[in-house]
Amino acid sequence: MFARRRFAVLKNLLEYAGLEPGRLHFSWISSAEAQKFQQTVTEVTEAVKALGPATRMIKDIRKVA
Amino acid sequence: MDNAAIAKGIREAAKKLLGEGKVDVVIGYAKGTVPMRDYPYFAYTPEEAENLTWSGFCCNNLALYAIRRPGRMAVVAQGCVSRNLVGLVNENQVKRENLYVIGVNSPGMVDRRKVQALFPGQTITEVEEVGDELIVKGVGFAEKVARKKVMRQNCYTCVQRNPVISDELIGGEGPASHGGNLDKVAAPWEKLGSSERWAEFQESFKDCIRCYACRDACPLCYCHVCFVDESQPQWCGKTQDEADVATFHLLRAFHCAGRCTDCGACESACPAGIKMRRLTMKIEKDIRDLYGYQPGMAIGAQPPMTLFKPNDPQDFIK
Repeated sequence: MFARRRFAVLKNLLEYAGLEPGRLHFSWISSAEAQKFQQTVTEVTEAVKALGPATRMIKDIRKVA
Repeated sequence: MDNAAIAKGIREAAKKLLGEGKVDVVIGYAKGTVPMRDYPYFAYTPEEAENLTWSGFCCNNLALYAIRRPGRMAVVAQGCVSRNLVGLVNENQVKRENLYVIGVNSPGMVDRRKVQALFPGQTITEVEEVGDELIVKGVGFAEKVARKKVMRQNCYTCVQRNPVISDELIGGEGPASHGGNLDKVAAPWEKLGSSERWAEFQESFKDCIRCYACRDACPLCYCHVCFVDESQPQWCGKTQDEADVATFHLLRAFHCAGRCTDCGACESACPAGIKMRRLTMKIEKDIRDLYGYQPGMAIGAQPPMTLFKPNDPQDFIK
């Protein structure tokens, strides 16, 4: 319940700073909800696949070192 | 009341407090060695209290020095500083009974970069305040500048120029705001698309050298070990790579969620002139919109990030 407030603010902040919508997901899943877990993971992977490889907030070691 | 008269009032109050032994130290501002940079000053004796001043260049937030400070202290506080003091009392970092607040109405502080930008390539040797105008003097010139034109943006959109708490009010209460609308400027990138937002974000923070002056000037940053200084585990890389800079600034802003009073000390402290309020303002706007909370307005108020309501918004959770 505290986390809900913090995630709400964090998600808004990250998307405000330009993280693509759809890259950050939140879900509440109980350990007894296997089917919901499976469905959520599928949705997340599909959403991220559709966006393609991340280009923002990525540290390229070859560039830094 | 003009600044000179307020400064005199502050000095008299400080001398009285120190002379009577009511406080161990008076934390205020003293005239800087370079123009437009008045700095925090600690007066331990009535003689030292003579150095205290008050002007439109008091950009540091003095609440910072009250954190976990032993003994009794008096702090010169305008609106934002008093709000941060209230926040620190609520977060158990300052005891109200050890604190004596010398309240002052803020005239709205001057952004020294805006003044310098009006005189490119010229050295400013002295800046005098006369009512609503500044007289900027340098070698071979002396020009008048309207104060409103060079005020810090956060002072222009301030809604609480009078101190929230004060044991003594010098110069009386003044107007509460300058008429700027905070909600209009609070989230400048909101109307942009995702890619433009990222570009703006990178552009705004590209000059960051990771000196942490923004963190050190901030009265909210009082952790014993900051997350950027921790090495086991290392939460945040030490390089100037865009990912490390972005991580630092996003997390620094997020740690201020529901606590930031928009005092502008971070921007004034930054040697590179980075506008990190573009992040903190957005968070505070969200906190106002989602939870109807303004930090530091009342002693005893619970910070919103330590509370919840069953009907908090949760559209983003699937």
